[in-house]
Parts: sequence; structure tokens; C-alpha cells
Amino acid sequence: MKVEEVLQKHIAETILFSNIYPYSNAESFTENGVLDSMNVIELVAFLERQFGVQVADHEIIPDNFDSISKMAAFVRSKQQVAA
Amino acid sequence: MLIHQFLENSADRLPDKIALICDGQRLTYADVEAQANRLANALRAQGLQRGDRVALYLPNSVEMAIAIFAVLKAGGVFVPINPTTKYDKCAYILNHCAARSLITHGRQIDLINQLLQNVPSLKTIVLVSPTNGANGDRIMSYDAIQADYSEHRPPPINIDLDLACLIYTSGSTGEPKGVMADHSNVVFAASSIIQYLGNIESDIVIGLLPLSFDYGLYQLLMTFKFGGTLVLEKGFTYPAIILQRMEEERVTGFPGVPTIFTMLLKMDLSNYDLSNLRYLTNTAAALPPSHITEIRDKFPWATLFSMYGLTETKRTLYLPPEHLDQRSSSVGIPIPGTEAWIENDDGQRLKAGQVGELVVRGRHVMRGYWNAPEKTAVRFRPGPLPGERLCYTGDLFRTDEEGFFYFVARKDDVIKSRGEKVPPKEVEQVLYALEDVQEAAVIGVADPVLGQAIKAFVVLNPGSLLTNGDLLRHCRANLEDFMVPRFMEIRTELPKSANGKINKLELN
Repeated sequence: MKVEEVLQKHIAETILFSNIYPYSNAESFTENGVLDSMNVIELVAFLERQFGVQVADHEIIPDNFDSISKMAAFVRSKQQVAA
Repeated sequence: MLIHQFLENSADRLPDKIALICDGQRLTYADVEAQANRLANALRAQGLQRGDRVALYLPNSVEMAIAIFAVLKAGGVFVPINPTTKYDKCAYILNHCAARSLITHGRQIDLINQLLQNVPSLKTIVLVSPTNGANGDRIMSYDAIQADYSEHRPPPINIDLDLACLIYTSGSTGEPKGVMADHSNVVFAASSIIQYLGNIESDIVIGLLPLSFDYGLYQLLMTFKFGGTLVLEKGFTYPAIILQRMEEERVTGFPGVPTIFTMLLKMDLSNYDLSNLRYLTNTAAALPPSHITEIRDKFPWATLFSMYGLTETKRTLYLPPEHLDQRSSSVGIPIPGTEAWIENDDGQRLKAGQVGELVVRGRHVMRGYWNAPEKTAVRFRPGPLPGERLCYTGDLFRTDEEGFFYFVARKDDVIKSRGEKVPPKEVEQVLYALEDVQEAAVIGVADPVLGQAIKAFVVLNPGSLLTNGDLLRHCRANLEDFMVPRFMEIRTELPKSANGKINKLELN
């Protein structure tokens, strides 16, 4: 599964409690009220667990976390650094 | 004094000083005053009368801050609503207070159309952009108002006994109650808090809590009263951004709740220069003593204030920081100019060490609950002098020999999660709205970050296909974020007491 699909599935199931992710990958979580502050902490833990990446405090910013696309790009950039 | 004179006095005295930093904008007191006057003049031109309610359903934003003062300038009563509130509760509140106007975001067009249909009192809606093509004779755009209306200060029409705001809080019965504050209540409470925090004009306060929550709201009101600067943020979702902002803006005041402090303490703070921080405040729920120690270790140059309050009196108690070492688990003494004591159920005052209900006396005791005389009579009762009100808080406390107060427990079963009050009944009612739910019980379980996490137990009708996910999705669609259960458990039966009531003490 692509990173985007993994993220869509996870957010749909654990945060929206839905079978489908109803927004486009580029749409902002904040503007659609998808995430609250607790969800972001959980997503950080999910990325670390699922993709084996390490997320530093200063990387937890909207540029990396405010949409499926941004999160996927962030994961890929971390994986490249690690590889 | 009236609340909007906090802004007006500062705008007269310090017109060019930065008052509000928010959404990438830096507004001077003169800017805020002009925008608030334009919106106030528009509301008046639309027929707003003295005492009319105006609901403000917006996240922390420039427009939200301005709207609060604009409604007061226009002679109205503002009713802030948490932006994560869902349609049913929003409609309930608007109908309950017969709101005449609503100021909200243009993005929520479906919700606005539903409200227009189902809230007959609603005459005007002001939309903050984008207005998404919404139009109609009852809809106005915030941007158009700013372009079209006069920036002259409207002449005052209130006295300080007039209502200024209704703050809806969750009650143990599951129905929200609107706490009525008049101008004098708010002016008194703000002055008392400013006094013990020692706020001065050079203070720069970071506002992380929603303006719909009185703790968040008072950061704005107080800062404008003492002529400081408010850095208004939408929350603590991205702590690194907030810390960076605090460094850049040289923030001196940090108001938090335990969940925010827990997140803060998990971060590596060595990358940020927070040396301008003069004080931190905590309220809404008690900080564990270990957090108090850690906060003081990380910010040895700043002062920590532990506080306690409820919307019905705004703030009630604070611990003078010099007592933090000896009495770290105390929430202190009554705020300046007020008194408090502890009573048993027979109305007798109790001595040190005895546990009873906290009773509060002072000008910060609010005016009761909007349109709810029975609930008002329970919480607000006559005092020693004719015509005066005391607040019976519903919280159990004890004092030590020196008169310092210690929180013991709540008298009702309201859960405190993330510093917000969550009545189990409100969550249970939402679950019971599902046809297949036979029984529902909601409790709070200890959680290191949230304080208490919400856990729901549900018994479904035989043959029901509902899953945990279905139940949680339904909760999420009908409850504010902080009320959505963290844990959901489907059971075949729930423990019962002898008289057949669900026995929550056996759930965990």
C-alpha cells in the first residue's frame, strides 16, 4: 500500500471512525476539523511505529502534518534520510 | 466601568501599541478599536437592541476577538460557542438564549442554512470570509461591514448591571446552562486576577485556550484592560510552533491547563529562549505535584500560579506562589476582594480539616443561569445581606489550619478531561439516541495526559450489528471533541444496584 493509502485508512478508522477517508489528500486537516491536539500526538506515534521513522519535536508542525499529502511527503523524506 | 471600556481606554491611551497578534496579523489598539466600532455600528444598524444576544461561533481569530468587543459596544450580550460544537447543541443554545445574531465562519454554509431554518429568533448572520456565495437578506459579510460602516465609537447605552455575556457550560443533567455575567462581575473578576498576577503594560500573554472558555476569554479581556499584548493562537496542537512564537514575541505570561503542561514537559525546551517568561498559570484541574516540581525546574525564573475556579464565579481561589513549596497540593486562598468558606449540608460552616461544599461570596458571583430558575436556585443562594448572592460550587473542599483550601472531590459525577467539564449524562444521551443502544454508562478513567479519559460502556439490542467504530463515529458527529470517548466497550450487560440502576462504581 502507498503511504497515502496507509494514512487515509488509519485516520479514517481511528480518528474519523469511518470506512473511507472523505477528503482529498491535499485538503487541510485543520480546515476540515479532522484533527485535534491529541490526535496529532497519536499520529506521531503511529508514524514512528508504522514506518520506523523518528519524529523530532520541531518537526511536528503543520507543514508536515496538516494533510495526507504533507504527512506522506514527510514520511518519504525521513525514509530517504534513513536509507 | 463596562467591559468594552477595557479596549476603549487602552485605545485612547496607547493607540499605536500592538494589542493583538493573531493569524499573521499585528493589530494596534487603534486598529482593534476601529474594527470593533465598525462591527458594532453594523449590528446596531441591523436593529440590535440593548440586551440582545449575539452568538459567536468561531475559532480563536482576529474576528472572534473583535466581535466580543463589538457586541458589547453595540449594547448586546455575547454568547461564545466552542467551535467544535455540533449542530444539535449549537441550535439548542441559540434557541435557548433566543439569539438575535450569529457571527460565524462562511465555511459552514450547510450548518448556517439549518440554523436559519430552525432558530426563529435569528435575524442577522455575519459571515467571516470566505462567504462561499452565501447570500440573502439576513446574511452580511464581515469584510463588507469593515468597508462600509463608520469607525466612530458608538455612544454607550449600558450600565454595569446589564448582562455582558452568557457562557454555556455543561451541567450534570446533560443540558448546557448559560452562566449570566453582568459587566460589573467581569470587571471585578478581571481586576482581581490582574492584581494577584501583578500584570503590567509590558506583559505579553499567549492565548492558547479557546475564547469560548472563560479562562481563554479572560486572557483577552485582562490583557486589553492592562494595556498589554495578546498573542492569540488556536491551541497547543503544534507545541514547537507555539514555543517558537513565544520566543519571537518575548511572551511573559503562559496560561495553561494540565494537559498543555504535560505536553510542554515532554518537549526538549533547550532550543528555545523563553527567558522573558514571567509567570505561568494553571487552572481547570489540579497539576500533579510532580508536574509542579518539573515546571519550576524548567522555568526557575518564572512564577507558577495554581488556581481554581468555575464559570459561575470565574476565578475563585489562587495559591500565592510563595506558598507553593509548603502547600503544593493546595489551590490557595480566595482571590483579592472575595471570601470563601466550607459548609456542610445543614448550612453550618466547618472547621479546618472537615470536608464540605465550597461557598463563595464576592462581586464575581455571577447572576445565575439564563432562563433556568431551578438550576439557578441550587447554585446561587441568598447571602447574609438582603439581595446578595452566594455561589454554592458543588465542589467538596477542606482547609488547613492557616485557611488554605484543598480540593477533595466533586459532589456530582462530572468528568474533567483536558480541563473541560464532561457530564457523563450528555455523552450517554448521545449514545441513547441510537436505536440499538439499550444501555449506556460513561465514566472517567485516570489518564496521564488528559487527567481523566472518557470511557463508555454500551449494551446493544440483541442482533444489533453496531460496532465500536459505529458508536464512536456517532459520538464524534454529535459531541464536541473533548467529549468524544477515548474508550468504547460493548458488553452484554452492565452491573446493577439492588434498585436496578447501573452501578458505575463497578465499571472500570
